[in-house]
Amino acid sequence: MTSYRLTTPGRRIVRGRRLNFTFDGKPHEGLHGDTIASALMAGGRTLMGRSFKYHRPRGPVTAGHEEPNALVGTGTGSRFEPNQRATTTRLHEGLRATSQNRWPTLDHDIGAINSRLSRFLPAGFYYKTFTWPAAFWEKVYEPIIRRSAGLGRPPEGPDADRYEHFYAHCDLAVVGGGVAGIAAALKAAREGKRVLLLEQDTLWGGRSITDGTMMEGEAPADWTAARIAELEGMENVTLRLNLQGSGVYDHGYLTAYEWVAEDRPGADAPRHRLWRIRAGHIITATGAIERPLPFAGNDIPGVMLASAVRDYVSDYAVTPGRRVIIVTNNDDAYRTALALLDAGVTVPLVVDARHEAAGELARQVRDRGVEIATASGITAEGGKEVTGVRVVDIAGNGSGGRLVRCDAIAMSGGWSPVPHLWSHCGGKLLWDDAQGFFYPDPDRPPLGADGMGMVSAVGAAAGDLTLSRAGLRQDSKGSLTEQPTRPVWVMPEGAGPDLRAKMFLDYQNDVKVTDVQLAAREGFVSVEHAKRYTTLGMATDQGKLSNINGLAVLSAQVGNSIPQVGTTTFRPPYVPISMGSIAGAARGDIFQPLRRTPLHDWHEARGTRWEPVGHWRRPFCYPRAGEDPHAAVMREVKNARQTLGLLDASTLGKIVVKGPDAGRFLDLLYTNMMSTLKVGRCRYGLMCSENGFLMDDGVVARLTEDTFLCHTTSGGADRIHAHMEEWLQTEWWDMQVYVANITEQWAQIAVVGPNARKVLEKLGGMDLSRDALPFMAWAEGEIAGLPARVFRISFSGELSYEIAVSANHGKALWDKLLSAGEEFGVMPYGTEALHVLRAEKGFIMIGDESDGTVIPQDLGLGWAISKRKDDYIGKRAQERVHMTDPKRWKLVGLQTLDGSVLPDGAYAVAEGTNENGQRNTQGRVTSTYHSPTLGHGIAMGLVLNGPDRMGEVLDFPGTDSTVHKARICDPVFYDKEGAKQDV
Amino acid sequence: MSDLQSALQGARFDGYVSVFEAQPAGMIQLRADLAEDAVAHAVHRATGATIPQPLGLSTGDRGEALWMAPDELLLRVLTDAIPELLADVQDDLRDHHHLALDVSAMRTEIRVEGAAVREVLAKVTPVDMETLKPGTVRRTRLAQVAAAIWLSNDETAHVLCFRSVATYVFDVLSVSARKGGEVGAF
Repeated sequence: MTSYRLTTPGRRIVRGRRLNFTFDGKPHEGLHGDTIASALMAGGRTLMGRSFKYHRPRGPVTAGHEEPNALVGTGTGSRFEPNQRATTTRLHEGLRATSQNRWPTLDHDIGAINSRLSRFLPAGFYYKTFTWPAAFWEKVYEPIIRRSAGLGRPPEGPDADRYEHFYAHCDLAVVGGGVAGIAAALKAAREGKRVLLLEQDTLWGGRSITDGTMMEGEAPADWTAARIAELEGMENVTLRLNLQGSGVYDHGYLTAYEWVAEDRPGADAPRHRLWRIRAGHIITATGAIERPLPFAGNDIPGVMLASAVRDYVSDYAVTPGRRVIIVTNNDDAYRTALALLDAGVTVPLVVDARHEAAGELARQVRDRGVEIATASGITAEGGKEVTGVRVVDIAGNGSGGRLVRCDAIAMSGGWSPVPHLWSHCGGKLLWDDAQGFFYPDPDRPPLGADGMGMVSAVGAAAGDLTLSRAGLRQDSKGSLTEQPTRPVWVMPEGAGPDLRAKMFLDYQNDVKVTDVQLAAREGFVSVEHAKRYTTLGMATDQGKLSNINGLAVLSAQVGNSIPQVGTTTFRPPYVPISMGSIAGAARGDIFQPLRRTPLHDWHEARGTRWEPVGHWRRPFCYPRAGEDPHAAVMREVKNARQTLGLLDASTLGKIVVKGPDAGRFLDLLYTNMMSTLKVGRCRYGLMCSENGFLMDDGVVARLTEDTFLCHTTSGGADRIHAHMEEWLQTEWWDMQVYVANITEQWAQIAVVGPNARKVLEKLGGMDLSRDALPFMAWAEGEIAGLPARVFRISFSGELSYEIAVSANHGKALWDKLLSAGEEFGVMPYGTEALHVLRAEKGFIMIGDESDGTVIPQDLGLGWAISKRKDDYIGKRAQERVHMTDPKRWKLVGLQTLDGSVLPDGAYAVAEGTNENGQRNTQGRVTSTYHSPTLGHGIAMGLVLNGPDRMGEVLDFPGTDSTVHKARICDPVFYDKEGAKQDV
Repeated sequence: MSDLQSALQGARFDGYVSVFEAQPAGMIQLRADLAEDAVAHAVHRATGATIPQPLGLSTGDRGEALWMAPDELLLRVLTDAIPELLADVQDDLRDHHHLALDVSAMRTEIRVEGAAVREVLAKVTPVDMETLKPGTVRRTRLAQVAAAIWLSNDETAHVLCFRSVATYVFDVLSVSARKGGEVGAF
């Protein structure tokens, strides 16, 4: 195989360091510093992938991140990564790369038949073809399309690598370490600003290094090195290579993507790091991207951007061919001719669309004996590689033309600034008709919180392609006189349909000139519609190369100017970033915070079955060996009823409310009266939202004259605390009340069952007799030598004490209770037993009986709504017509006729159907369990006129086509008079 | 004191900085009008410290006072001194609207030590760790939970989080401190 490695120096490669890698399983060799693309090209391979739709053979078009064609999968197994740009992926020893979108092999691909059928696969093909029969879509069409389309396959198994985030702050973030970015960073740094300069490349200096124009009298490399050295010496500057500006968001928020250990797979280091930057101001110095020319065959491997050819020569000492023809509409591409000639590559011809080539660079090329064909265009010849061009009249229809042999084509359709980051957050663009590109409008930048522009563009990114406005090209020789560009959107301009159908605009999605024109003819004249209909610019490269050419073709077809047609929306990220980097370190154990009670480890060691409650994990039940969860729950319920159960109630919210106005404040928060509560006593209370809906409940204990302790639901503590603070800070700021959420200060253990008092008396320390501590009282003292508060409250209906001790003492108390309770057959019980116990007693549960649409009146809780108070949050809302409607469903008990358990959430049906043809309903199940105490199913539900229909039987159709029959009954199934808890 | 059990039971991770559970401290949450002389007196009597500036921390011979909010301080004292000091504060402020509570058990302090403490914390908190001055207390977010962070010197960071998420915070900091993750940006 011929070597395409040149003998000239390559600034990125190290000749002595050879690296072995494989491509599609075959061994290849490259040099340290090579990309996959440069290494394959050095071995004579330009075919690197197949296109998305037609499976056309494709090779690299670029040498950078804008690459649409040369996408490969890298790595294997859990380190496999699809759709990696071969043009930016650095080689490392042992790298395994695989081509995509081909079967069985890259060189012999069956899917390429699609290319022959392309006339039958026009824009909107899917929408037009797979419409009938409708039933075929899901089972037949979609699976086939999904299998044949798509780019790389997803990785297998969990990602083997780690990722992280990094927060950075600066006065100025400069995105792009080319000369314009360096100059901007230096200016700000010298003014004392805190500057972050980031560059996606591994080297500073951007294109200027390769393109070689003098900078302020110095060679670009020297200019760059001197200024980077100065920046490195400044305390207020952070310089970062391998860090790509990814997205710009409101308030100067910039994300950037860092390749950390990308080329060291298996290293103990993050693969990528996502920077989350807060910048006072952002400068985009993101340069420009060269545009392809739309000529027939412009996608054949070997056709590349002229600048990319230059890059391969100077960066990697690689040429895509030995005879390279240049086709251009501007002067810049002549630099490629010179670079190739200097490297000893033959340039038989430069084809220039302009009527003359009179610039300085063209003269230099002509002086070296290269033929320049002006007023000309080309059509490319070749299949899997370029074999030649036909030189045709630029204004003609493309017929005839002489054939000139070559093995690569370097094309340049002019340059377009990279406006992505400028545009992400709303920066507007202007059209430059002479140069044929959009550039940032300095008068309409994205605005920051102060109403001023938060992003500025400089250098080529601002449309200043020669950097003359930036004042960087003031060398003594004067700048080169360049002849203006001639925008070319179709080459040749009079090409007929056959040629236009081979002119690719979007390489990755196989969108051709004819597709965009067809879309326009079919009425998709809005740029956003045409984009979606044709998929132009919707591939992983987001149209970096295709955007302008596509817009130009669309505008010509609809007869509007390009700025009238406008651009599609630029969205982050600038290039695809790994999902891992977005997740950062949040995976595995730290995917989400897990809240642990002081007893968590004990529960875990007992093999508890967990239930998530907010971010808490609470034991659902504690199954014993050979026991299923249901059996465990039944055992735990019975044990608590018959002797002694323990519940870890530490997650219960605990909020202290203190101050002279504390009572008045709580009277407004709760529906019932709290200010009349006596010190040492407890009262159950309900809290409603402003709209009257029940939002939380719990027991309030009065600690002192001006101090209350409000218990909330486990999931409600933070929300209710915030609710209290909000009212105090925004509405009742004149009240003298402080609140504090001290949920986690206390471990709280419910000691439940007929033997509850006995076990506590055994531990000793406090008088817990009925007289000393009656039902709904609390006391402070010591239990088993631990300072404790004891609340005589019951959510189970049994004799029950809730013991609160310091969180640090929680485990000690639990251990003491277990050991002292042994003689009574003590057992811990979980949340499900708690639910069954409370349901047997007809106690409601926030989140079961309430769902954000339920008011206390629906639940028969009118007794907890004070009639004596002028106001409470929700009072007015509860007087509204809908809330007082007698047809609101009301809480009742439900008991199946056969003793079975009603399905949760089941609806009771009524006669007739509604306007949608659905069965009318008259109620629904809110809680349903098997009661081991009663030996049959019990349920609560909300039913139309329920409390007036005791004894009626309702039908609850299940999802299994059976109908469950249940009788309306009192929701209190057990110990209605409350004798058991008051002993 | 075998009945006492801290959230992390002295856990420690050594990466390119060290992450470990600090000795439990006594903590009093104090809400009051910080401009009142009586409050300054109570704080001084409990800790020996003055009322800190906003976002500040002041140190006395018996403890520290950390600014938490315009009407809230956190007093850090010896654990054993809590019952007495809390009673003193409540007594000093009996004629002033205030709230003073023992919150020692509901928070865990995790210490991060090493030359790179700023950068390790910058992976998990949006605070500007590069410029954070020692003695400035920030109530902020650490990964996905609330935390307070301050530096006592350039190589010692204090992270205060709720007890229930102590394991989460410890794990998050340990992952951030893993060798190989050095950023080198500050």
